[in-house]
Amino acid sequence: MHELAIAQSLLEIVEQEALPYSGARVTRVKLLIGKLSGVVPDALRFAFEVISQGGIAEGASLDIQEVPLRLRCHQCGEVFVVDDPFMTCPRCEGPEVEMVSGRELEIRSMEIDDGDQAGQGHP
Amino acid sequence: MEIKLVKDILEANEVIASQNRRLFADEGVYVVNLMGSPGAGKTTLLERTIEHIKDRKRIAVIEGDIATSRDAQRVAAYAIPTVQINTGGACHLDGNMVREGLRELDFDKIDLLLVENVGNLVCPAEFKIGEDDKVMLISVTEGDDKPLKYPLMFQVSSVLLLNKIDLLSYLDFDLERFRSDALKVNPHLEVMAISCNTGEGLDNWFRWLEERVNKKGT
Repeated sequence: MHELAIAQSLLEIVEQEALPYSGARVTRVKLLIGKLSGVVPDALRFAFEVISQGGIAEGASLDIQEVPLRLRCHQCGEVFVVDDPFMTCPRCEGPEVEMVSGRELEIRSMEIDDGDQAGQGHP
Repeated sequence: MEIKLVKDILEANEVIASQNRRLFADEGVYVVNLMGSPGAGKTTLLERTIEHIKDRKRIAVIEGDIATSRDAQRVAAYAIPTVQINTGGACHLDGNMVREGLRELDFDKIDLLLVENVGNLVCPAEFKIGEDDKVMLISVTEGDDKPLKYPLMFQVSSVLLLNKIDLLSYLDFDLERFRSDALKVNPHLEVMAISCNTGEGLDNWFRWLEERVNKKGT
């Protein structure tokens, strides 16, 4: 359940970034989660929902984009997406590959509802 | 209103881990992050390692556990500096927990710091603590299918120790399949088959470890 620790870090970032917009509520957070990061999106959503209660991000939805495991072969240069974590090139079977994507754990953006500025609240 | 951020969620941990790493570099202390499942034999490996190296290298241990100090007591019996970190539920050590633990250690008197992570094949792989190398320990009783089921830990480790090989004749563990799957996941992995019980294969591990400690200390 390291999703809980990750949700904690995520919440800290979100609260920190929302400080300049006092009174605003965080409504949505966009994330990139790599396939090899070991994070289960549903578990992360659940953990975030629990720990964000009572704060400015309560009720915010996590918009999670999963990033496939993408590798580049050193031998033939092929970039390929794999489902299995096998680190061999499917084209030339070269054993030396580097990871292009798949370990992301990134927050890309967040949406806040700041009432007045969003044109809501006052007629 | 949308606010662009593009931030690593674990950035806070990465920052602390790199501070730890700098401290270890300044002090010339070589640090191993020992990871593996519960019952794989991590504490026994530490005991064998301490017995073998303690007369030549100055060792300290950080013991990470969810609760209890039982492992720390076993290690402290060797009269080496031992710090217990109870995570209070968290399934891994992170950079900050280790930093707190470091306060209790005198780096002038340490060449090698062994950090035993919480028993878990998933989460510890995700959190850096400032270590020089991650070492993974797994035992044959856990089955030979683990490299493909828990790829990240195999991928981030420098050494894979396969423990309890004295039990192989009682199990249908396929050593070759295990080794080849592990290398498919991480071609740079050094795989060593060992038994902390009989001592088989441990020389390879001791040699590897001592070379690393010597290199860091110079």
